[in-house]
Amino acid sequence: METPQDDRPYLLLSAPQITGPRTTHAIMRNVLIALVPSLVASVVFFGIPALVVTLVSVVSCVGFECAWCRLRHTPNTATDLSAAVTGVLLAFNLPPTLPLYMVVIGAFVSIIISKELFGGIGRNIANPAIVGRIFLALAFPVAMTTFVAPHVTLPSADIVSSATPLSPSAAALTPLTLALGTHAGVLGETSAIAILLGFAYLLATRTIGWQIPVAYVGTVFAMSLLTGHDPIAQALSGGLLLGAVFMATDYTTTPSTTKGKVVFALGCGLITCLIRFWGNLNEGVAYSILFMNLLVPHIDTLTPRIPVGGEARASKRGVRQS
Amino acid sequence: MGRFRVGMHTHPHRVELRGVHIPHEKATAELETSAMPIPDTIILPMRQHVGAACEPQVRRRQHVDVGTLVGSTDARMSAEVFSPVSGTVKEIRTIHFSDGRSDQAVVIEPDGEQTVDESLQVPVVENYADLVEAVRHSGIVGLGGAGFPTWLKMDTDLSGIDSWLVNGAECEPYLSSDYREMVEHPDTILAGIRTCLDLSGVPRSLICIEDNKPKAIEMLREACASDDRIDVFVLPARYPQGASRVILRNVTGRSVPRGGHLTDVGALLFNVTTMSEIGRFLKTGMPLTKRRITVMGDMVQRPQNLEVCVGTPIGQILEHCGLKGKPRKVVVGGPMMGITQVELDTPIMRQNSGLLALSEEASRAPRITACIRCDTCANACPIRLSPLSIHRAYQQGDVEQLDKLMADLCVGCGTCSYVCPAKQPLAQSTRLARNMLRAEQRRRRKEA
Repeated sequence: METPQDDRPYLLLSAPQITGPRTTHAIMRNVLIALVPSLVASVVFFGIPALVVTLVSVVSCVGFECAWCRLRHTPNTATDLSAAVTGVLLAFNLPPTLPLYMVVIGAFVSIIISKELFGGIGRNIANPAIVGRIFLALAFPVAMTTFVAPHVTLPSADIVSSATPLSPSAAALTPLTLALGTHAGVLGETSAIAILLGFAYLLATRTIGWQIPVAYVGTVFAMSLLTGHDPIAQALSGGLLLGAVFMATDYTTTPSTTKGKVVFALGCGLITCLIRFWGNLNEGVAYSILFMNLLVPHIDTLTPRIPVGGEARASKRGVRQS
Repeated sequence: MGRFRVGMHTHPHRVELRGVHIPHEKATAELETSAMPIPDTIILPMRQHVGAACEPQVRRRQHVDVGTLVGSTDARMSAEVFSPVSGTVKEIRTIHFSDGRSDQAVVIEPDGEQTVDESLQVPVVENYADLVEAVRHSGIVGLGGAGFPTWLKMDTDLSGIDSWLVNGAECEPYLSSDYREMVEHPDTILAGIRTCLDLSGVPRSLICIEDNKPKAIEMLREACASDDRIDVFVLPARYPQGASRVILRNVTGRSVPRGGHLTDVGALLFNVTTMSEIGRFLKTGMPLTKRRITVMGDMVQRPQNLEVCVGTPIGQILEHCGLKGKPRKVVVGGPMMGITQVELDTPIMRQNSGLLALSEEASRAPRITACIRCDTCANACPIRLSPLSIHRAYQQGDVEQLDKLMADLCVGCGTCSYVCPAKQPLAQSTRLARNMLRAEQRRRRKEA
């Protein structure tokens, strides 16, 4: 009930007078929920260190974002949960044994360098978690590639410590091992099933479209077939699924139209395969996404939306001469 | 032109699921229309339509009857205004609307007699030109909200027209005024459509209704069963299904070229209540002086469908329906496209179909956060515009870019603002951008 003496004028607002239920917070919360299966899997496989790395990463990402907003006297954007998503994704790109100060450095590069310096949420040109990972891989190459065997293994699996499935020394891993994630690797890259569960959740809540992940993994699959590699192993191993589902689908750093998204995903797949098959880098997926992130403005320009009624090229003035 | 088979076209084909699903909340849908008593004052603005304002045709202290011509003009793009009551002209003054427009208005004090103007007579209509001329003097405009003079829409070259579409989508949430017309007066609607088809020679008519109104679909199907030129077309309930370009595309698969009209692709589209008013006018000769509006909102004690005199001040309507307290926001129209009002003595005009009184809680604007480039706005836009890019181009005043982005195609439905997770006022900026671009287009046309 209003107070009896309400002298305020009636509100004058532009239509629409109602807004939908979806908020940035809700979207980011959906992504966090979708990341839970992978987090559970990584804790099962790698134990408490996995949880610690994730917590440190999330806390430092959120902390850096809060500190930045404080310093800049801008509204605190950490409440939209996007920094927490970056934190989890960054942690999922790190091996469980990584010294924790390195995790904090990675969080700094992700949030401050790659996101806030470009203007904060919605204005960064590259995926913050990917920039953080690449920075760490360049700065601490040894620590970033020291993988340990998971606690839980299939009885028959022959696990070679400190080898990711894609490195030449790794024994051939069965698709089942890859799907379950009972092999060495970084936190979130290991269990394909956990990632696909998250993908299903994101699709069900309409948080992301299927186009980018499917086109990305599909390209890698096809390229593997063409070049004589095992397509299933290639699709399930390394950071491909994590990258395709959670990082190549970041709204801000991907093209806007469906056509653009497919071009983006094809490019990611192609670069991943080039690096994997002929290159000498561990971070094929990360580099491919970073590279394509930078091309997004050009892809957007080349794949404009055609409005209904604008199909036939309008006259130069855009008005019917009558 | 072969015989037209309506049956083939009654199932939605290539209906695009753009737009957005919005809770309909049509709480008044099953409430029968009640008539509001004659109010104390009638305020008749001289421009209750798209186009030129009318000139007052009455003097101060002059007596008027129900149906007396109050305003008309020689300008072509206009529609006459008639008195809904008998009484005395109190004054002719300037009124201001909350959107910044000002207008002359004839203020009438009703005498309660409701004597009908003796000069009114049932129009004699023998051909299409007669029909157009009759509608010209009926005061009928597009009653779905646009207010385009109906006679002007009808006065077109019919040679290429194959579809006489009737818009019963009523996609705005809350509103049920068109729905009530369909379930209460299906015969009048059909009478209007039949006369139009008979005289125009247009081969078919489709009454397009959203699938959330099964009763209206059933009743109109029954009513048009005897006429194989007319059928009901069911559309999925999705906002903004009733926008003219959207409904045309979803019913016929055709899209109106930029800068063109529906007639360019062989179709005419009328609101279902407009058709009904034509049917009624041809039968009684009484011009449009009353209309049904849906009164709703959480501050309204008795939400209902109310038949009111055109020109009734909104404050009196809200009083009639009862208020729970002082509303924080008063909206004329629906929640998606309605206009907020600052004065309660603003009159209801003939193209208005809703009146909402909302509380503090219901009026609270959500916090605007940074755009995350999720493109939900562009994916939901029924016209496939890019609200975000338009927003940026508008901020930079870049008319060339707005032209490239075809901002002039915006139908102003507000879907972009509704779906935006960052709650950015995209609809507002797109509308402003559209107006900026259209002004520039007019300027260039003048120069050319």
